[in-house]
Amino acid sequence: MNQTVDAAVHEHVHRDDVGAKIGMWLFLFTELILFGGMFLVYAVYRFTYRDFFALASKELDVFIGLINTLVLLTSSLTMAMSITALRRGSKNLSLTFIFLTIFFALLFLVNKYFEWSAKFHHGLFPGSNELLTLPRGEIVYFGLYYVMTGLHALHVIIGLIILVFMFFYVKSGKVNQDYYIMLENSGLYWHLVDIIWIFLFPLFYLIH
Amino acid sequence: MKHNENHIVGYGTYIFVWLTLVALTALTVTVANFDLGGFSIVIALGIASIKALLVMLIFMHLKFDDRVFRIFVFVAFLTLAIFIVLTFSDYSFIR
Repeated sequence: MNQTVDAAVHEHVHRDDVGAKIGMWLFLFTELILFGGMFLVYAVYRFTYRDFFALASKELDVFIGLINTLVLLTSSLTMAMSITALRRGSKNLSLTFIFLTIFFALLFLVNKYFEWSAKFHHGLFPGSNELLTLPRGEIVYFGLYYVMTGLHALHVIIGLIILVFMFFYVKSGKVNQDYYIMLENSGLYWHLVDIIWIFLFPLFYLIH
Repeated sequence: MKHNENHIVGYGTYIFVWLTLVALTALTVTVANFDLGGFSIVIALGIASIKALLVMLIFMHLKFDDRVFRIFVFVAFLTLAIFIVLTFSDYSFIR
């Protein structure tokens, strides 16, 4: 009995939730600079090849982009609600919300798969002969499109894997009402992925 | 640290923010149909920034967390802004 209490106190002393959160934010700043650098490259080329960017963006399906925007926004909602549910002690509700977030992440990737397949089918992929016949400005546009949305999709996949872990951690009780910082930090990562897409969508799909 | 006494954001707040985000998405898609010249990009980025701010303040709890987090994020974005301003101050003179 005494030992359990000691263990609990011991554990409490060695836990720093605020520190863990600061660490997560510091990591997110490196992500901000990573994507920020790419947005900077995008900005410079967009000014250089203004008309070509507008022309090339016509190839993208605004509808798929819009659906994926809504899917990610909704996944952010369920992510945030899963933390509220866990902190209020409704474990099953929290699990449901995490499951929904995973579902939306998969839906996003499925949409992305169909979107890219259609592009590939039209011969529009990096290094394809058809792409290389296009003007330089359009080649740059598609290069940036594939690198930036590709890196973003990679982040979605990583977030998806983290969320699967969180699902089982909450299920097993490792992450619980008192110790939820892991779920909170996973949420921060997931929202960052959402924020990047919030900028990618208008910059690639909605050029007039 | 009184971490456990931290504010728990209600479902209603989250749903309200989500509805606002969806409305802003509809707005940005609608506005993109009109040719506003140079203003198009300004409006698109403006709406995107408002959306990002909402996600950070509410979904990412910045509004409810310790002030140090808001200062951190501000400095990070300031750094990015410096990169952008310096790059464009250079770029404008190349041509």
